[in-house]
Amino acid sequence: MLDRRTTQAVVFSSFLLCVALVVAILFFVLFDIISKGIAMVSWEFLTQPPRNNMREGGILTPMVGTILLSIGAMIAALPVGVLTAIYLSEYAREGRALSLVNSAISNLAGLPSIVFGLFGLAVFVNLFGFGPSLLAGSLTLGLMSLPVIIKTSQEAFASIPFSFREASLALGATKWQTIRHHLLPYAMPGILTGLILGVSRAAGETAPILFTVAAYFLATMPSSVFDQSMALPYHLYILSTQSFNLRATQNVQYGTALVLLSVVLALNSAAIIIRAYFRRKYRW
Amino acid sequence: MKECEISARGINVWYGPKQALFDVSLDIYKNTVTSLIGPSGCGKTTFLRCINRMNDLIPFCRVEGKLMIKDTDVYGKEADVLSIRKKVGMVFQTPNPFPKSIYENVAYGPFIHGVRDKKKLDEIVRHSLQEAALWDEVKDELNKSALMLSGGQKQRLCIARALAVEPEIIVMDEPCASLDPIATAKIEDLITRLKEKYTVVIVTHNIQQAARVSDYTAYFYLGKMVEYGKTAEMFENPKEKSTELYLTGRFG
Repeated sequence: MLDRRTTQAVVFSSFLLCVALVVAILFFVLFDIISKGIAMVSWEFLTQPPRNNMREGGILTPMVGTILLSIGAMIAALPVGVLTAIYLSEYAREGRALSLVNSAISNLAGLPSIVFGLFGLAVFVNLFGFGPSLLAGSLTLGLMSLPVIIKTSQEAFASIPFSFREASLALGATKWQTIRHHLLPYAMPGILTGLILGVSRAAGETAPILFTVAAYFLATMPSSVFDQSMALPYHLYILSTQSFNLRATQNVQYGTALVLLSVVLALNSAAIIIRAYFRRKYRW
Repeated sequence: MKECEISARGINVWYGPKQALFDVSLDIYKNTVTSLIGPSGCGKTTFLRCINRMNDLIPFCRVEGKLMIKDTDVYGKEADVLSIRKKVGMVFQTPNPFPKSIYENVAYGPFIHGVRDKKKLDEIVRHSLQEAALWDEVKDELNKSALMLSGGQKQRLCIARALAVEPEIIVMDEPCASLDPIATAKIEDLITRLKEKYTVVIVTHNIQQAARVSDYTAYFYLGKMVEYGKTAEMFENPKEKSTELYLTGRFG
């Protein structure tokens, strides 16, 4: 039998070891991508479309594609997500139906991304006839980020003290006025955080855009929402599996990975800044 | 005899299967302060929240009986909840100003009832803050957050917010429960002045407060209204044994 102080030391060290392991892996990945990718990232790399079988040129078209897809996904998912969250947290009565809907949303969050991709193919591309397009891709990515948006918005509404609702209703405000003038603004930091986190997660995925929007190669930008587009995750996938000479594209791969990482990081930073701004505005 | 403002007849309230109020009948007179007293859980707050239908917010709450505010049947089929709540201003136990500016807090009520003219809103804000005895303290910082105010100032702001929609009745649910004695004294002083224009109903746990501010007192116990009358008479000469025990601090 170990002395209890020794046990404590062993247990504590193993906690520390796990944390160190996680941090080490994260830093290794980051270091690998940044150290090998940074040489590649230049003004030309960011402002030129790929050339010569992706071995030269830049990643302008896939980068713009990913940005457009993220914006499209936000536009598509925000109203649906927020209205759903408002209904679930302010209107729906507690009960079996509500907990069923809630667990359905949680399960949606756990759905493999390829399933969203196939759903997008079946519904947006084929059934609605959008074809492989920015529109179909944005809707698919938006759909995929919905669970996160709904969940974080619900939590944002739940964290608003009931006394604000009472105060507003007692003045003779309608439920909708109360939501529009109080609950929505007070919940906005949570909603926007959820929106950006949800979309930034989806924007890095390859499977949902595989059949719905992504093009193998396009020299030009999409000119309408019904055009196909390149996208960073799919571009990276192509570079690392489909090109004629994998060695020759290795630098481009690392550069692309770094840019994808930076786009996602930029989105997350935007979420943090927006949240901080609103926190300062509405505090209680 | 004073004019009757609120008239309750046979009010029964259930929270799910649990009955919280039993057959309460009560007339509240215009331009008086009426306090509702009694031990915790006796139904006084439940009755107060019947007046402006705030019990509607509680799931599975059911109200039976007839409650009239002048000619308005509060629980009638054609009752308009929004205009009833406009008519009955409410002040809560914990000061709950919106996390917005002082100005926005007071202007919100008139705004939702359709006042859009900035000059008119300015005038309502000034007048309401004056009525709530807060104007002199905040007139230079109307655009500052209401959350910067002290507890007592917040509660007077909440009173100003309620006054801004031009109610006829003010109901207060233990408005001094979270305030220090000085802030409490200011609110009590305000209450006695408010009755010149409004009818005030106040729930309080503080028997001395009921004695200080109210003209009439209703004593509730276990969901029933045990005794109701002029405060001075009831405090001096309670008719019921239970009232006497409560007033003398033997339980409660």
